[in-house]
Amino acid sequence: MTEIHTHAPDDHESAYDGLLVNDAHWAFGTDFEDPLAGVDTTVPDGVDAPALATYCLMLGDDALVLSQRLSEWCSRAPDLEEDIALANISLDLLGQARLLLARAAAADPSVVPALPEGSPVPAEDALAFFREADGFRNVRLVEVPNGDFAETVARLLLFSTWRLALFERLARSRDAVLAAVAAKGVKELSYHRDFAARWFVTLAGGTEESRRRLLAAVDGLMPLWPELFATHDVEREVAGATVGVDPAEVAGEADAVLDQVLAIARVQRPERPALAGIRGRTGRDGLHTEALSRLLAEMQVVARAHPRGRW
Amino acid sequence: MTAVADEAVLQSSFDSTIAHNDRIEPRDWMPEDYRKTLVRQIAQHAHSEIIGMQPEGNWISRAPSLRRKAILLAKVQDEAGHGLYLYSACETLGVSREELTQKLMSGAQKYSSIFNYPTLSYADVGTIGWLVDGAAICNQVPLCRTSYGPYGRAMIRICKEESFHQRQGYELLMTMMRGTDEQRAMVQESVDRFWWPALMMFGPPDGDSPNTERSMAWGIKRHTNDELRQRMVDMTVPQAEALGVTLPDPDLRWNEERGSYDFGEVDWEEFWAVVKGNGPCNEQRLAHRRQAYDDGAWVREAALAFAASAGRVASASEDSAGRVASASERIETKEETR
Repeated sequence: MTEIHTHAPDDHESAYDGLLVNDAHWAFGTDFEDPLAGVDTTVPDGVDAPALATYCLMLGDDALVLSQRLSEWCSRAPDLEEDIALANISLDLLGQARLLLARAAAADPSVVPALPEGSPVPAEDALAFFREADGFRNVRLVEVPNGDFAETVARLLLFSTWRLALFERLARSRDAVLAAVAAKGVKELSYHRDFAARWFVTLAGGTEESRRRLLAAVDGLMPLWPELFATHDVEREVAGATVGVDPAEVAGEADAVLDQVLAIARVQRPERPALAGIRGRTGRDGLHTEALSRLLAEMQVVARAHPRGRW
Repeated sequence: MTAVADEAVLQSSFDSTIAHNDRIEPRDWMPEDYRKTLVRQIAQHAHSEIIGMQPEGNWISRAPSLRRKAILLAKVQDEAGHGLYLYSACETLGVSREELTQKLMSGAQKYSSIFNYPTLSYADVGTIGWLVDGAAICNQVPLCRTSYGPYGRAMIRICKEESFHQRQGYELLMTMMRGTDEQRAMVQESVDRFWWPALMMFGPPDGDSPNTERSMAWGIKRHTNDELRQRMVDMTVPQAEALGVTLPDPDLRWNEERGSYDFGEVDWEEFWAVVKGNGPCNEQRLAHRRQAYDDGAWVREAALAFAASAGRVASASEDSAGRVASASERIETKEETR
């Protein structure tokens, strides 16, 4: 049984000792804990493991990259409450990313980049920190720079509206891990969407300046919206095997929710064509904007300098 | 009764509350100097939490593992939460958050000088947790019993979370020490840089600390700067040994007679230079805060305008405030339940 030390607040010394006691009662042990420890990661019958892994990378990379962007707000938000809220959302997405990347590695270990012999870097981190930009499968919406608060809010509204609709269906996946990740994610994404929608309406009805900025944000981001609903071959395959969701299926619902928020905000949806890819390739194929490789250069710099490092 | 006599009665009731170690509450009468001293101290503490987000926040985007990124982001978010409760405690003394923010940005109110030091490697995230949060805890735990109720209660929660952060920092350093030679060197280099600034966190020597005596008489402060500094040294030495790092002080040795460690002299010249604004990052920290404040002005104006026009509360962040509860603890709980 672990010894638990409780600290009486008026005992001066007690606050600072305890670092040297058996630290088994710390929730963070000193060893890496597999985020999927104790979870059955067997690939369901009739599912192509590489396709499942790639699908998990797609959903995981969406969360990871947007989490990275949102964390850039930390200590820079318009007020303390928003600083805290954006960090919360970033943390939720980071949590989703960890599980999804770990799931990808468990489904098909060959997706994990090779590291030097004996490297203690866990698979989820090898995937996050040692892949090149063209190995990332996220949609381009999540990688473009934050812009101002209006752009951040508008992007979060688009992203969470789409992802919530997707996750509500994914919660019925035949893959137990994906189903569990989605069920948990639905609660988180409902809050993200609510936060974004409230601010969207607030900025639309606030001042002339806030409305001008919001309209510009919507105008700039709408070309990235159709990409969210374009079905990639991998998505078609996993949807067919009832472990994944075909994003085209949620287009109607996501559009309806978005239209509702736009109507309350009295914002006209701009007629903007979809951002083109290159010969049909877009984010899901590893074809990104210029912004992603910069984001990754910063995110990966310490990890890559220490491929045998223990953190 | 005359006004003077009234005041004498109030003063004696206040004195008796202090003498009994009871709490003064917002609606109680208090001497104006007591109120001012509290505002100064709580505001400085709140500002330290807010400015303190920057040095560690500097590494969020580059955290070397997803788990460390989550721990660090949650920690910095906790600091924002601490700032929030402390500004609220200050508001019970009749000063608004806006007013205090203005004073921070103009330099009229200070924040802890430790945050004017740069973070130059990922090991600094661990060292700040271990030494800086450690020193902060030494300073702050006695404040849980401070005479002003709202401050004392805020401090109880803050100290719990700070202890948590300290453990996380120490655990990061422990893990890095089990890693590569480069990582061990990184930890040592970081400890070399932060050891002396951490000892400066207790403030000037007792002889040069003009406010200490009165603050102790009022029960706002409970121990002198030098007493706290000595405790910090005594508690840290064995931890450094366990970690396998050297503390950069050739004069550090056990004094059997005193039952404490003797240690070298803090560089007070550097201390005063940083306090007076010439630290490595003073300008940068304030410029960052001003920039964020200015960039957010249109958003705050929009929220106010929307609330006024819609005749209802526009606070889109109402829900988020309810979710402030120690993010690092939430992360921790997630880890535990996995």
